Amino acid sequence: MSATRTPLLTVDDLHVRFGTSRGLVYAVNGISFDIAPGETLGIVGESGCGKSVTSLALLGILARNGRVTAGTAMFGGRDLLKLKDDELRSIRGREIAMIFQDPMTSLNPVLTVGKQLREPLEAHFGMDKGQADRRALELLEQVGIPGAKQRLRDYPHQFSGGMRQRVMIAIALACEPKLLIADEPTTALDVTIQAQILELLRTLVADRDTALMLITHDLGVVAGMCERVNVMYAGMFMETGTATALFAQPRHPYTLGLLQSVPRLDSGRRQKLMPIPGSPRNMLSDPSECPFAPRCRYEVEQSRQQVPPLEEIEAGHQVRCFNPVPADEWQRQRLGGAA
Amino acid sequence: MTAANGDALVLVDDLKVYFPIRSGLVMDRHVGDVKAVDGVSLEIERGETLGLVGESGCGKSTVGRALLRLYEPTAGRITFDGTDITHLGEGQLRPLRRRMQMIFQDPYASLNPRHSVGRIVGEPLRVHGRGGKGLGKTIRELLQTVGLPADAITRYPHEFSGGQRQRIGLARALALNPDFLVCDEPVSALDVSIQAQIVNLMEQLQEEFALTYLFIAHDLAVVRHISDRIAVMYLGQIMELSPADDLYDNPLHPYTISLLSAIPIPDPEVESRRSSILLQGDLPSPANPPAACRFHTRCPYVQPTRCRDEEPVLRPLEGHLVKCHYAEDVKAGLITPKQREAVFEPGAAEPAYEPPVV
Repeated sequence: MSATRTPLLTVDDLHVRFGTSRGLVYAVNGISFDIAPGETLGIVGESGCGKSVTSLALLGILARNGRVTAGTAMFGGRDLLKLKDDELRSIRGREIAMIFQDPMTSLNPVLTVGKQLREPLEAHFGMDKGQADRRALELLEQVGIPGAKQRLRDYPHQFSGGMRQRVMIAIALACEPKLLIADEPTTALDVTIQAQILELLRTLVADRDTALMLITHDLGVVAGMCERVNVMYAGMFMETGTATALFAQPRHPYTLGLLQSVPRLDSGRRQKLMPIPGSPRNMLSDPSECPFAPRCRYEVEQSRQQVPPLEEIEAGHQVRCFNPVPADEWQRQRLGGAA
Repeated sequence: MTAANGDALVLVDDLKVYFPIRSGLVMDRHVGDVKAVDGVSLEIERGETLGLVGESGCGKSTVGRALLRLYEPTAGRITFDGTDITHLGEGQLRPLRRRMQMIFQDPYASLNPRHSVGRIVGEPLRVHGRGGKGLGKTIRELLQTVGLPADAITRYPHEFSGGQRQRIGLARALALNPDFLVCDEPVSALDVSIQAQIVNLMEQLQEEFALTYLFIAHDLAVVRHISDRIAVMYLGQIMELSPADDLYDNPLHPYTISLLSAIPIPDPEVESRRSSILLQGDLPSPANPPAACRFHTRCPYVQPTRCRDEEPVLRPLEGHLVKCHYAEDVKAGLITPKQREAVFEPGAAEPAYEPPVV
């Protein structure tokens, strides 16, 4: 757990904005978190909540119209957000690596997989082709690609989706990064393949003490993988806590809403789903009220006047809400609904 | 048996849909077939929701489209409300088309961006000669039914979010007052908070208009929530057919067991207690499916006899239909699953072609 170990990455009050033709988009509005070696941290949210932008900002690969407007991200004594391009380049891929959602568009279609695996090794470690080749083979074997030796000469299109994602992971691991950012790593995959990839990630974190930042919309994946979870909405963390606490006693209405709107494989069938009414907030203004208030069942007068602060509600469990959900509400509803 | 109280709206008997693989620039030879659907028999009762699940490439969408004759069946028979529609001509099919409609996965690609919502929803009515007077009123009623504001009628698809677009798709499908809806991954493209809105709406519409659904999706949790019965497909065949309530508690086919164990449940307590059976390797190519039992190359329960040389039949067992020789033994725990080595199948996913020279 993070409490016992020094954090590897500490992000404080990160703000990201995009200039667009329709005005400023307030994509990330002050998020803070840290992550320790060997820890898996989850960031859950729906599309457009700013979860991917967060990771892109950390690596300095935001789109041209994106700006980090405030915040720090301390990694090994340096602030990632203030580094120059060439300094960042020596960290990117080497110490922090990233796995993207779509393995087809993130691999180069005209280079062999072997070449793409050798590239970071040659760039960061100055290996020659022979050394890099041997290491590339090792990596492919580690991520469980059968017939690794022949497959080094193959092109991405000759791999299936799951195998491509393994190649992506192999490339990300090539330089033994300290931090791995996985942005929806299994969303494009079938469930049986998803299970294989998640198992692979679990083993890697356990064996190498890699820190894993897992960004996803899938509550099930988070429940099985993460120790701590941040629930993100409209560029803010709404609730932060251990996975156990969050899924057993969600205190933020949004977290509760998410749990109520996903059908569970193990619950009584036709248990009524309770969707969150309305649709996500448009991000064209700086939030001056609780961004979830318009969709919230627990909304109070105060939610309309100011943004609630992220406050500790019990040890290690923080909620951004003026009127948190009672601790036993979710369990009560589940048991009540099932009966 | 699970179905068969004799009131089937749709009957499918040994349906096969093959897509030819052609090769050669000049000769255009027929070199093989992708056996997308290979011997599927189903009945869908009036008023029920039949869920069809499986991984990508298992042929579930092809079944749905073939039922509506959007693909020509290669063999087999499709009966809709007592009429054999397998080889019906377009003219004879048209009056029946009114009664069967489809909802698509991608609400961005399935609505014409240059048509107003009113035109999109009204199109089926116009096509079937109900365009005249009162069209506007009908359209406004439809929009209201699916929970869209009346002023949507003059607006365009891009002004709507994914969930609202799916509502437009539903309104269009309902325009002709159909009996049967094929819903192909209707909520997969939506965010979780919106998914539930659409699922609830579909349930409500089913009740209101006595609809029969074929609900195709890869998300077993959603399918189980909405369906009465579930068919699990693998490589063009049905592996198991079961009442929805029973599938999670009592899966009988090894594929169903593995599939269920791979689906994460949003509860860390439950997750830590579950044991998962990890399937190795990828889906084999439907152009060259494994002989005998299609699942034997990945099956964790595979046995040295029968599995590799004798095709199992879909047979009744404990109120399910199961296509496995050893389902009883698996159920009784006489066979234990084992980890298998992944099979190396070069280029199994897509037909190989020479990479372009740059």
